[in-house]
Amino acid sequence: MAKVIDLDDVAVNEAEARSRYRWRIKVCSSTACDASGAGPAYRAVEQRVEEQGLEHDVQVVPTGCMGLCSAGPLVRTEPRGGQPTLFQEVNERVGADIVERHVKGREDLAEHQLDEGLPFFTRQERVVLSNAGRIDPERLEDYVAEGGYRALVSALRMRPRGLIETIEASGLRGRGGAGYPTAKKWGMLHDAVADEKYVVANGDEGDPGAFMDRAVMEDDPHRVLEGVTLAAYATGASKAFLYVRAEYPRAIKRLEQAIRTAKRQRLLGRNILGSDFSLDVEIRTGAGAFVCGEETALLASIEGQRGQPRMRPPYPTERGLYGRPTMINNVETLANLPDIVRRGPEWFRRMGTEVSPGTKVFALAGSLRHTGLIEVPMGLTLGEIIEEIGGGCPDGRAFKAAQTGGPSGGCVPASFRDLPVDFESLRQAGSIMGSGGLIAMDEGVSMPEVARFYMDFSQDESCGKCTPCRVGTLEMHRLLERICAGEGSHRDLELLEQLSRTVRETSLCGLGQSAPNPVASTLEHFRDEYLALLRDEPVGVAHG
Amino acid sequence: MAAPATDRRAQQDAHPSGDERFALLDKALKRARFEQDQLVELLHTAQEVFGHLSDDVLIYLARQLRLPPSRVLGVASFYHLFTFEPPGDHICTVCMGTACYVKGAEDVVRETSEAFDVPAGETTDDGRLTLWTARCVGSCGLAPVVVFDGTVLAKQTPQDLIAHVRELLAAEDAAAEEEAG
Amino acid sequence: MARRQRPNVPVVIDGHEVMAYPDESVLSAADREGIRIPRLCALEGTSVHGGCRLCVVEVAERHKLMPACGTTVVEDMEVRTRSRSLDEHRKLICELLLAEGNHVCAVCVSNGACELQDLAEELGVDHVRPDYQFPRRSVDASHPKYTFDPNRCVLCTRCVRTCAEVEGAHVWDLAGRASGSHLIADLGQEWGEAPSCTWCGKCVAVCPTGALAWKGKAVGEMRHDPSLVAFLSSAREQGEWVDREALR
Repeated sequence: MAKVIDLDDVAVNEAEARSRYRWRIKVCSSTACDASGAGPAYRAVEQRVEEQGLEHDVQVVPTGCMGLCSAGPLVRTEPRGGQPTLFQEVNERVGADIVERHVKGREDLAEHQLDEGLPFFTRQERVVLSNAGRIDPERLEDYVAEGGYRALVSALRMRPRGLIETIEASGLRGRGGAGYPTAKKWGMLHDAVADEKYVVANGDEGDPGAFMDRAVMEDDPHRVLEGVTLAAYATGASKAFLYVRAEYPRAIKRLEQAIRTAKRQRLLGRNILGSDFSLDVEIRTGAGAFVCGEETALLASIEGQRGQPRMRPPYPTERGLYGRPTMINNVETLANLPDIVRRGPEWFRRMGTEVSPGTKVFALAGSLRHTGLIEVPMGLTLGEIIEEIGGGCPDGRAFKAAQTGGPSGGCVPASFRDLPVDFESLRQAGSIMGSGGLIAMDEGVSMPEVARFYMDFSQDESCGKCTPCRVGTLEMHRLLERICAGEGSHRDLELLEQLSRTVRETSLCGLGQSAPNPVASTLEHFRDEYLALLRDEPVGVAHG
Repeated sequence: MAAPATDRRAQQDAHPSGDERFALLDKALKRARFEQDQLVELLHTAQEVFGHLSDDVLIYLARQLRLPPSRVLGVASFYHLFTFEPPGDHICTVCMGTACYVKGAEDVVRETSEAFDVPAGETTDDGRLTLWTARCVGSCGLAPVVVFDGTVLAKQTPQDLIAHVRELLAAEDAAAEEEAG
Repeated sequence: MARRQRPNVPVVIDGHEVMAYPDESVLSAADREGIRIPRLCALEGTSVHGGCRLCVVEVAERHKLMPACGTTVVEDMEVRTRSRSLDEHRKLICELLLAEGNHVCAVCVSNGACELQDLAEELGVDHVRPDYQFPRRSVDASHPKYTFDPNRCVLCTRCVRTCAEVEGAHVWDLAGRASGSHLIADLGQEWGEAPSCTWCGKCVAVCPTGALAWKGKAVGEMRHDPSLVAFLSSAREQGEWVDREALR
């Protein structure tokens, strides 16, 4: 059997190897930067380093997402013992300049620099994304050098119960949407008795406008694996599944590779790190169905069935995959675990709010000057996120509303700028945290139109099993189309509201139950816009 | 000694239909140990190998996994990434995620659809271009996003995309002409 | 269903004290007590589907409505099967089903003996508020003995479950999703061409509407018998193979 890896050795060797280089040039190679031309930029940097004979002085590192996707491709230079510099919109020419003029010639290339003093960077607090954009995701050594797998080492010395208590003390809540206390879920699986128990990582991030989990899986795959292993150890699961959308081929590839490496180093598989604990991990891919983000539909999909939800109870922790107790955790939730275990629950509690401790990753998009991936402490206000971090709407347009939670969430109007962004506050404002999509809309956007967009999504993504969701969302979409076209009546609006109630209260799963949220929240905050579109007078108003 | 063994393996792997591609599917089936719960994974493999899921392939999978054919088609048709018609030479997928939608993805779809006379979700009559829409490809910072033959194109206007496709098709025409002439 | 033990779980349904069997559903307990809960997809003798949502009830201390067919009784559970909002939900759900397909009672073989029609009457559906979808669906009359008219299908999956679980043939299944969900036989070919069909007719017996019918029936002549499946499955469990009364 392979020797157990000595993590400290690996870290020391890695630090030594790094110290041989005077410069490290990190090139963002994430999906977004790739699309803006990071590939050619990377090759240009590498080629120039070679041409200038700098291979022994300069290390070029392909990294994951640095966050500010709208300014990509991003490149970061880190001189040994000096100040790092971030460059934006790096094409082949700028890439060459970075090597020849900046690294070699000591020019600062101010015109291409991106100020890391921007609130976009300084207001963030990175836990889940602490390695994203900093390490080469394809190297285990990089993760270990940043403290990776240390949590696993110390967890294996604890009793599973003790690990659950640690997570309980941290107050960690599920990052997938509803904010269910993670330790409570763990406790249920821990207490369930069965010959085999499963842990499932939910990486089926289907909200349009959300790509937080993709970033974690692509940019720091070992963090996800360590998180899964911790969850499995705490709950007594012997097998874990990573359910990843097929739309994320790079995440699948990276995770596959990470699993192979981890197995070789006995960080996964039989007798992990020489202990009695064994865990088998398998990747399962989705195939384009939003509803598979719902726990029971996801399990059906893993079982090779139509991704249709089933009734709860029984809850998956009682009867889940193949009829056995199963716990589903969101990828971001799992990615929080290594740091909580390593740095302690008190450290985690210092971030965020009393009831929603920690940070949350958001995919910031829409009408903003800075868009991309951010991680902020829970409880930051909506205004701080939109105006400071996002830089406000471009071209002097006025910010109108923020959409959170995707098709299951709602629109929070600009007047809520002081609303702390956490699970409870968002729910009170008629939206939900969801998985972390945050889309800013400016004055040019019609809110009934936004509701129509999401209803179109929901009616198409409904699994078709239950009547209210299958037909109700379809009818709601029809009504919204009519209203948006200026052909709706007050009677249509009334029916729309009745349908919202029935679909919300009688649908089988979370998708149907939350599908009316975009309509309900826009009706609550922007009712005037709907009324202005109706073609007739309200019933009971005398005609002059 | 090595040669006959290779021969034997080649023989075993050959499919009765003579279609070599079934050998690849067989390998995946073996790797999956013919377990029924691997159906979605195997459908992925089948689509990768064959380009689309034909009745033959679905029946083959049903037989190999001992599943009712209606179950196999029921599962395959549930997931949007599976396609039952062969796609065109080029696949153009417009992201319709929220960020892209807010930035005008609907116009990109409509105008591209008009320019090449192909409804969204279908392939042109000459089989050269397939126009699809996707839920969210997760590159929201670059909205509106188009994935053309696997390459992500950022911040696309309808004009950008139409010009890109026209250019590509024209280049192909020219190459074909050169070859013929 | 005949059972060997006695009902020993006390529950309260609409104010009535009811003794239920352990593991029994609220729907079944209410049925024995003579408390009518509307339903469409529930079919005794097959697995629980929980899709039609007509049987949703209010359960004390649960903040969500629960389908009576899939909710197992718990000691001292308090259930309400009727309320103004439940009535409203059920009525609208029934309207949604009517709007989804092409339900023209006047030309239907099941006119007068249709569970959807009965429900509409029971729930007071005098008109349909949502838009009619008018889907285009063609009738499959390829089978020598039966017809399948998808215009009348409500996707309750009674036929799917019966064929797979009772007959064991699994000819039927659902394909597509959302509003594109539809019933398929085998690989989506015409029913008459589906090799796995055993011609047993159980799917026809359990269909709540006129979607599956005997060939040659004129308007209003079709009579279904969903209790057949309940008998078959309980007969197998109880070994009542030769009960001629029930077979008749």
